[in-house]
Amino acid sequence: MNTHIRIQNEDFDVNDELEALSSESSHVGAVASFVGLVRGDDKLTSLTLEHYPGMTEREIKSHVDEASKRWALLGVTIIHRVGMLAPGERIVLVAVASSHRGAAFEACEFLMDYLKTRAPFWKREDRSGESVWVEGRLSDNEAAKRWR
Amino acid sequence: MTLVYFAWVRQKVGASEETIDLPPGISTVQGLIEHLEKRGAGYAEVFAHPERLRVAINQEHASVDAAIGDTDEVAFFPPVTGG
Repeated sequence: MNTHIRIQNEDFDVNDELEALSSESSHVGAVASFVGLVRGDDKLTSLTLEHYPGMTEREIKSHVDEASKRWALLGVTIIHRVGMLAPGERIVLVAVASSHRGAAFEACEFLMDYLKTRAPFWKREDRSGESVWVEGRLSDNEAAKRWR
Repeated sequence: MTLVYFAWVRQKVGASEETIDLPPGISTVQGLIEHLEKRGAGYAEVFAHPERLRVAINQEHASVDAAIGDTDEVAFFPPVTGG
């Protein structure tokens, strides 16, 4: 199985990524994907993301390994942006290729839940004149717990 | 040892990374937290409330009970909020 993990400032092209994943193997019958965007809530001017280089890649890789033990996967692409992002911009892509949709859907959700609760990223919301670090949400922890 | 800080922990401490000599007698993250708390106002604000912190040792999630040594990289940060 091929795994592509990228942490980057620049945007990504969802179609290019899904096409690349689709052509990883002739056995691919399903590609499920999730794209996370910056919500323009409450006069948000920008969202700034920082991460822990090295640990981030390692942590994501370990979750992909875990997912590939649970489901028969043919390919995984995870792209997470860092730096300053404007409302409406893409933050994250999780895409999973498998022979059948069940594994693709479930593994995609599993990886997203773990990204939210384990991967070392932090978001800061910038509004006119003030910056606030986003606090971890209990509901995200609950979402991750169901996979244990 | 190397200490690294992220998000508001980094801002309150006033540095993203620093090197310190692990004082004799300290062998766990908990002990290190108690030591760091005494280093100044910014540190006190961060380390007086360890329940708000998460820890990684050599880039892997760890608990406050975990053992540490002088060659480790220990990171302190708030609960993660990516995705």
